[in-house]
Amino acid sequence: MRHTITVLVENEFGVLSRVAGLFSGRGFNIDSLSVAPTNDETISRMTIVTRGDDQILEQISKQLNKLIDVIKVIDFTGGEAIEREMALIKVTAEDSARAEVLRIADIFRAKIIDVTPKSFTIEATGAPAKIDAILELLRPLGLKELVRTGPVAIGRGAKGWKG
Amino acid sequence: MKMTGARILLECLKREGVDTVFGYPGGTVINIYDELFSFKEIRHILPRHEQAGVHAADGFARATGRVGVAIATSGPGATNTVTGIATAYMDSIPLVVITGQVPTALIGNDAFQEVDIIGITRPCTKHNFLVKDVKDIAAIIKKAFYIARTGRPGPVLVDLPKDVQIATAEFEYPESVELRSYKPTVEGHPKQIEKAVSMLLAAKKPVIYVGGGVISGDAAGELTALATRLHVPVTTTLMGLGAFPEDNPLSLQLLGMHGTYYANMAVTNCDLLVAVGARFDDRVTGKIATFAPHAKIIHMDVDPTSIRKNVRVDLPIVGQVKDVLARMLKTLDERSDKVTAFHAAVEPWLAEINGWKQKHPMAYKQASTVIKPQFVIQKLRELSNPDAIVATDVGQHQMWTAQFFGFREPRTLLTSGGLGTMGFGLPAAMGAQAAFPERQVIAVCGDGGFQMNLQEMATLVQNRLPVKIVILNNNFLGMVRQWQELFFEKRYSQTCMELPIDFIKLAEAFGAKGFQASKPDEVEATIRKAFETPGPVIMEFKIAREEKVLPMVPAGASLNEMVLNA
Repeated sequence: MRHTITVLVENEFGVLSRVAGLFSGRGFNIDSLSVAPTNDETISRMTIVTRGDDQILEQISKQLNKLIDVIKVIDFTGGEAIEREMALIKVTAEDSARAEVLRIADIFRAKIIDVTPKSFTIEATGAPAKIDAILELLRPLGLKELVRTGPVAIGRGAKGWKG
Repeated sequence: MKMTGARILLECLKREGVDTVFGYPGGTVINIYDELFSFKEIRHILPRHEQAGVHAADGFARATGRVGVAIATSGPGATNTVTGIATAYMDSIPLVVITGQVPTALIGNDAFQEVDIIGITRPCTKHNFLVKDVKDIAAIIKKAFYIARTGRPGPVLVDLPKDVQIATAEFEYPESVELRSYKPTVEGHPKQIEKAVSMLLAAKKPVIYVGGGVISGDAAGELTALATRLHVPVTTTLMGLGAFPEDNPLSLQLLGMHGTYYANMAVTNCDLLVAVGARFDDRVTGKIATFAPHAKIIHMDVDPTSIRKNVRVDLPIVGQVKDVLARMLKTLDERSDKVTAFHAAVEPWLAEINGWKQKHPMAYKQASTVIKPQFVIQKLRELSNPDAIVATDVGQHQMWTAQFFGFREPRTLLTSGGLGTMGFGLPAAMGAQAAFPERQVIAVCGDGGFQMNLQEMATLVQNRLPVKIVILNNNFLGMVRQWQELFFEKRYSQTCMELPIDFIKLAEAFGAKGFQASKPDEVEATIRKAFETPGPVIMEFKIAREEKVLPMVPAGASLNEMVLNA
């Protein structure tokens, strides 16, 4: 099962390495990872997408908490959370295909950020499922290059991670 | 007062109660060593290899319960500490290891004697720090000691660049340290503790399974009180030996791969397993699917990651085991009327266990012409001081010591359980002797393990550390040979070390004394002679070459599928 975990860590040298090392050392997989400082610049926030059953997830969560630099671990899977991801997609498109690309981008409210006679580069944001969907449709037209950020997640409602 | 980073480091160590360090000088720590030259409050012991230095700090920590400290230079000095650090990490031993590092401007430049020791030790330290500013040294050292000794203890590495050691700053030792991201749980949840007592009182076939956590958590007293108050049998892991006196009738001694028949049978047949400060390691559980199949499991530990990692747990209690056990005893006080009934209820169980004890006691085939290693261990117990400390190396001799010595007090057995590091025994004994100059310290080694750090004979003699070294010599890498005998049809690939070494000459080469015995009737006299001889001594016993450690639970088998005779 796919899990999205948010980890709040001290913004110290080497913390990313520590977390990544923990995953690889214990054989947990990382599907995607995104990290940046928060509104408190001494704290960084990592969003990791991983896969595993409940027992694996429990171990991942506990092992992360055990790291000295980890302040809090939040598992957003199945909970009340919003996930968003961005993708930059380069599509080859000539002649009749070009109109189709524009139509698909329009349907997904994605933006065209680069254009040449032979290609378009599209910027799409949305829930990971929406990104998967737009890629499904663009793939048969000719996907030249794809960059995804991996999702970030935030809880719904008025409460922040601190309570 | 303004002082150099190197001096600040030593002042910090002093404030943390450090009076002994094991270290080896080099280019990037020469400034620390210059300060050490006149720093009278810290005793510095020079080993002959950094690995031995860390093992010595480790042995010091295991014997005393205090944080062990080691110092090494950068590059090869630092990499030489890695095995020692990993050994301490696997057994949760509090250490602070300080490594020199090239000047900050050269970091990442492939400088002379530079390694990314922070990167290398990230997976085998509880935490590590790279100090970039002399003003940070005091806070970092305080944090390092705090992290090393609290919660589940472990080794912490502090990497200190040369220019930071030379720079100066005002020295101010912080009063306290708070890490918002690290707050180990001390108290167990009261409701869980109540439930644990209820489950215990309702059990008919309970067993208490004790690990190293009871020793590092100073909870042997509370554990013994609980077990004896209720008449519940106790089995310990290798790391837990000494937490419960083995001569107590409730003791089942060691469990697991080379544990006693009755301990393994008790665990397999119990209806309640109370795990205290233990982690259900694979050497203990055997095949997990058939481990304690009829039992409800209560698991108390200070580290939540150990709970439900390998085995399903019915009642987890996170907290310091000393506190949890104390509260359980208090709860029992309130229910003392139930205790007598409980005693009666477990009588049949204790009788069943006694039956197993009679059926297969720990035994070995005695011999008249060749020395049996188990006999040497028994004689060592008989002839050593009651408060002797025993450090072992790794292998068959380690298992025989665990099976036959009989440990009654915490911190009297120092052994590498989790990592199983050969070469640990001699330097660990060295560290313990430095901590307790007046106590008898015995290092039990195999001929293989002894050779891995034999250079430390020099340290023993130079520092007048009168460790009594026992070498059980079968000219084999015994444990591997045993596996080759049992599972590879005696194809002894690279396990025969047939070269006869004159250990007496070796001892004398370093200025120590050596004794040798090759017949059973020489054993007692040799041990007596060695114990009476002042200073470090080697006593070599030529033991039966193809003796096996039994019982044995083969890899992949259940605990009750022990090989008893082979």
